[in-house]
Amino acid sequence: MTTSAANSAPSERINHGRRVIVAWLVLSVIATPIVALVLGPSLPPGNGSSQGTEQVFDNTWLTATSTPIICLLLVFFVYALSQFRHRGGELVDGPPLRNDARIQVWWIAITSATVLMLASFGTYELLQTGSGGGQGPKALVVPKGPKMEVQVIAQQWEFTYRYPGYGGVETPTLVLPANTLVEFHVTSLDAIHSFWAYQLGVKADANPGVDNVAFVTTKGPRSFEVRCAELCGLWHGYMFNYGRVVPESQFASWIKGQQAAFAPVAKYLPKYSTTYLPDPQRRAG
Amino acid sequence: MRGTGWKLLGVAAALAAAGVLIGLYVGKLTTDAGSKPYTVPVSSQNGHPVVDLTIQTVAAVGPQLSPGHPDFVSYLVRDTQGKWLRRTVWRLPANATVHVTIYNFDGDSGLRNPEFARPQGIDGSAFSLDGKPTTVIDPDDTSHTFAVPGLGLIVPISGVADDAKNQCGYAPCSLSMAHRTIQFTFHTTKPGHYRWQCFVPCAAGWIDGFGGPMQTIGYMDGFLNVV
Repeated sequence: MTTSAANSAPSERINHGRRVIVAWLVLSVIATPIVALVLGPSLPPGNGSSQGTEQVFDNTWLTATSTPIICLLLVFFVYALSQFRHRGGELVDGPPLRNDARIQVWWIAITSATVLMLASFGTYELLQTGSGGGQGPKALVVPKGPKMEVQVIAQQWEFTYRYPGYGGVETPTLVLPANTLVEFHVTSLDAIHSFWAYQLGVKADANPGVDNVAFVTTKGPRSFEVRCAELCGLWHGYMFNYGRVVPESQFASWIKGQQAAFAPVAKYLPKYSTTYLPDPQRRAG
Repeated sequence: MRGTGWKLLGVAAALAAAGVLIGLYVGKLTTDAGSKPYTVPVSSQNGHPVVDLTIQTVAAVGPQLSPGHPDFVSYLVRDTQGKWLRRTVWRLPANATVHVTIYNFDGDSGLRNPEFARPQGIDGSAFSLDGKPTTVIDPDDTSHTFAVPGLGLIVPISGVADDAKNQCGYAPCSLSMAHRTIQFTFHTTKPGHYRWQCFVPCAAGWIDGFGGPMQTIGYMDGFLNVV
């Protein structure tokens, strides 16, 4: 790392490597706590559910971990720009670069450790509660405790929600009781969609003929956005609505009202199933 | 070096301009393209805005209203002179009462999701189907829906019987031809750009029944521009 300009005297040799490392350490020591303590709590997706809180922690941890790496790149970039820029005169070749086995070993060791650490951390976190992600029909990680099933049915261009524990009532609005472990079963009736309850930290693909299971533990009352996260046609951008987490008593009252409104159409709906494959339509393509 | 810099700047400017043009085009495509906005006349009752919206649904829009796609299934709106227009972007006042009359001249296709066979988001729990209060229709007998997801509005539309006499071939259709009449009332809320659509896969010959006229403004979907 020790270099010198071609025309410098030996007494003027500068240890650029040491300068860069010192600047990097100083910047990292300042920036990392700021990122972890100030930026971290406002990172997505927020604290709308236990899984959401876990994701905020994950994002904070990963962002804080990557901060020193970004600092190193920035310091090196700025230092190189200021110290090694050509300042007029004739363009000449710089000093030759030679192989340095020690740097190579350190480079491989540090980058390998970083990647392994990130992979281990991500896998560990994923295996805790599933992190709100779709796990396919046979979930690998099933949180313990009583669960309320809610089926998410995607279609061009709206989500509807079916509650098998309440007579299979289906509504276009997602309402969930607070402090409840919810088991989502996500499917589609037509194209490929993706159910994304942003503030709850839930994201699961909705494929026709596939039951994609995801778990979330709600917290206190709040509203949240539901969006489609898979390009599904011209009106994909308009495929969103809002859901609510409400106190249990309010949920009981709401679902009762939905059951009454749903009663006339109940006889026409197929029995609750994890997937639906509607018959080909007479005029459809 | 100076020449190269200018060239790079030119390429960057061209790319930025192309991006802006593409953005404008996509924006236009998903807002008003294919359908000039139609301002629905507003009356007033005790200072409250009231709108009468009369529309028809047809199996084929016909060469007169759509020379490029005469076979597209379509919605039409009636203006104050009684003329049927192929426009699906409608300007309505905010916080208004909207009385809707739909004349459907199309046969049934059937709903993919039977949940949409019940009315939602309207005044009361029933809509009027040929003059009779109706809380649900057979999903298989559904021809179309009029749905504004942003307002929670969904109304199923019954189809004309397959063996009905004097069926309309293509639009504009006359009320002397076989049709169903659907009437209901809903309310607009705050100003906004509310998309409406049909949930029946009624686009014959298109993938999943949801291509073509189902994804082209001016036929089976549009906007309520609430101002």
